[in-house]
Amino acid sequence: MARLEIGQIIAVLKEKLPEAVSEEVLDGVDPVIVVKAEQWAAVAELCRDDSRLGFDLLSCITGVDYPEREEGAEIEVIYNLDSTANLHELTVKVKLPRSDPRVASVEGTWATADWHERETYDLVGVIFEGHHNLVRILCADDWVGHPLRKDYEPPDSFHGIKNVIY
Amino acid sequence: MTEIENRNPDPLTKNVVLMTAVDDIINATRANSVWPLTFGLACCAIEMMATGAAKYDLDRFGSGPFRGTPRQSDLMVVAGTVTHKMAPRVKRLYDQMPEPKYVIAMGGCVIRGGPYVKHGYHVVKGVDLVIPVDVYIPGCPPRPEALLEGIFKVQKLMKREKILDRTRRTTKPEVYQPV
Amino acid sequence: MTEAKIRTEEMLLNMGPQHPSTHGVFRVVVRTDGELILESQSHIGYLHRCFEKCAEGNNYLQVVPYTDRMDYLCAMMNNWGYAASIEKLTGIEVPERAEYIRVIVAELNRVASHLLAFGTYGLDIGAITPFLYAFRDRERILKIFEKLCGQRLNYSYVRIGGVTFDMTDEILSDIEAFCDYFDPKIIDEYDNLLSYNGIFISRTANVGVIPADLAISYGVTGPSLRGSGVPRDLRRDAPYGIYDRLEFDVPVGSGEMGQVGDCWDRYMVRMREMRQSIRLVRQAIKDIPDGPFCDKKAFRGVKPKAGETYKKVEGARGEVGFYVVSDGTNIPYRVKARAPSFCNISILDKLTSMSDVMLADLVAIIGSLDIVLGEVDR
Repeated sequence: MARLEIGQIIAVLKEKLPEAVSEEVLDGVDPVIVVKAEQWAAVAELCRDDSRLGFDLLSCITGVDYPEREEGAEIEVIYNLDSTANLHELTVKVKLPRSDPRVASVEGTWATADWHERETYDLVGVIFEGHHNLVRILCADDWVGHPLRKDYEPPDSFHGIKNVIY
Repeated sequence: MTEIENRNPDPLTKNVVLMTAVDDIINATRANSVWPLTFGLACCAIEMMATGAAKYDLDRFGSGPFRGTPRQSDLMVVAGTVTHKMAPRVKRLYDQMPEPKYVIAMGGCVIRGGPYVKHGYHVVKGVDLVIPVDVYIPGCPPRPEALLEGIFKVQKLMKREKILDRTRRTTKPEVYQPV
Repeated sequence: MTEAKIRTEEMLLNMGPQHPSTHGVFRVVVRTDGELILESQSHIGYLHRCFEKCAEGNNYLQVVPYTDRMDYLCAMMNNWGYAASIEKLTGIEVPERAEYIRVIVAELNRVASHLLAFGTYGLDIGAITPFLYAFRDRERILKIFEKLCGQRLNYSYVRIGGVTFDMTDEILSDIEAFCDYFDPKIIDEYDNLLSYNGIFISRTANVGVIPADLAISYGVTGPSLRGSGVPRDLRRDAPYGIYDRLEFDVPVGSGEMGQVGDCWDRYMVRMREMRQSIRLVRQAIKDIPDGPFCDKKAFRGVKPKAGETYKKVEGARGEVGFYVVSDGTNIPYRVKARAPSFCNISILDKLTSMSDVMLADLVAIIGSLDIVLGEVDR
């Protein structure tokens, strides 16, 4: 059990899953690795189960909408992993096409992903395949649209209550 | 505290016999035992708790017992942001309260959406779009003294109540019918 | 009457969103068999105030007041978490004095928050007196904060690049006086009043036991995780600010009254943390240096380079994290808040289904997790 640098973490990942990591962004504020969407479930299990990595705490899931990317409109889902024993951190990014954002659910790996994925689905509209109950969590059940998409327009009224004052 | 007006015209018995209107008696008792509904939504609810606790001591003014059910309360302090998901519940709680009932809108969010008015897609821009409001208390959150002042204002409204005249309630706009 | 003639059936019971013991607008639908809960389903979102959308519409400095309103009981730590993430993104250096002031106000705020948790937990269980005691002492802290920044709850005091106002010597001596007043109270009054009360122990010991591995899997952090015996505290494990220069212990639950990770353990961790917070405040007051209290340039406006970062700090309920994406303008492209209460309360459904929980214990479990709905729903 020891704290690993980002290079060592990537080395461990590549040793077991050589194809999974598609991109490494190491010059940013936080080092980020980009994982292929179809490999993410396997990477997640490896991150949790490998004793050198030991990422047992999923801290946060963020969905970010990029409608105007040069390489096509994308939605990024960002997972912040944490290890309570080894005390290192990892930021994993999965890039999805904006027209059909689908990624495997990791609620079987980390139970906290259940609510985080529901929230990301609710606000950004990412579909997590294999989630047992992917319904809205924050907005009302019959809310229309995903509010944190950049082109979202809030409704003028909701069930007869005026929503726009100015 | 209410001074009940003695309308006894006879100077001999004035100090012994109290003659007054039924309205005055009922309103005085009602205004000095306001029972608010425990209805905390957000930050303002903490200040509402502080008003009821040791330092500010709401019990001094007869409105100490925060009730857990709307059927036993006559004042609803809407303390905190009302969202579209919560709005039908607020309306239902209001409907369950017995007449005469009063509503205090506590805090900026309840009055007009507060800091969430521009970008808060899920926030109801003022609880008066859902239920009628009697007293507005601005602040984010209002201090406990402000809530006390708001309750005094409600007590003043209660003293204007007429038991035979039920029109004051019905003339209020029925703003919102939940689907 | 023979037993066969008594008709029994399961009942669906709705608790909330308006309920005195759910600490706000939290709704649980429970399926009960008599007094026993078979399963529960939590519903949140009744206070969804669109923090993340508001953050995308305002510039970096204007987002600070919205972070207050997420967890209104420990606003200082939310301010600090947001400010720390922007400082990490832009590389702004915080003056030494400001770091000390941040520790002082954050730890005082932690005490205020734990006091409220203590008071309302007593209220949930049925003890009304502790609530009045807790608010009496909490008002003293709020008075200090009011002197410092004019607000009682939503301070917006910790900002990007420092703090809003300087800490005067008068306020420092006020805080010292408060520490001297409050330190003996924890044992003399609170522990006698509630912690070792027989009825309280039988309501909370062996109730709602969270095993450590389950807690980590559900992302439970803060006092609720430490109650399960995991000594994880970001102030010590990933020090930010000046916490690496200060001495303090991390109290963990040890199963004194029952099993490790029961409601009593979680409650007791909070009580012991208050004492450590006072210890931290005393050390910070002793060492506080002179100098500027803010980076004046950062107060006028922040414009980070394009990039993204994630930064967590230890709030009163757990790890408060902010994921900030910048596109190079003075308005954030995306701010995501990791709210500790959101993760902590998600374990409730699992707890009720995996062990025999009585209906009355549900209130004890929710109270011991100490949620703030403003933070759960954001």
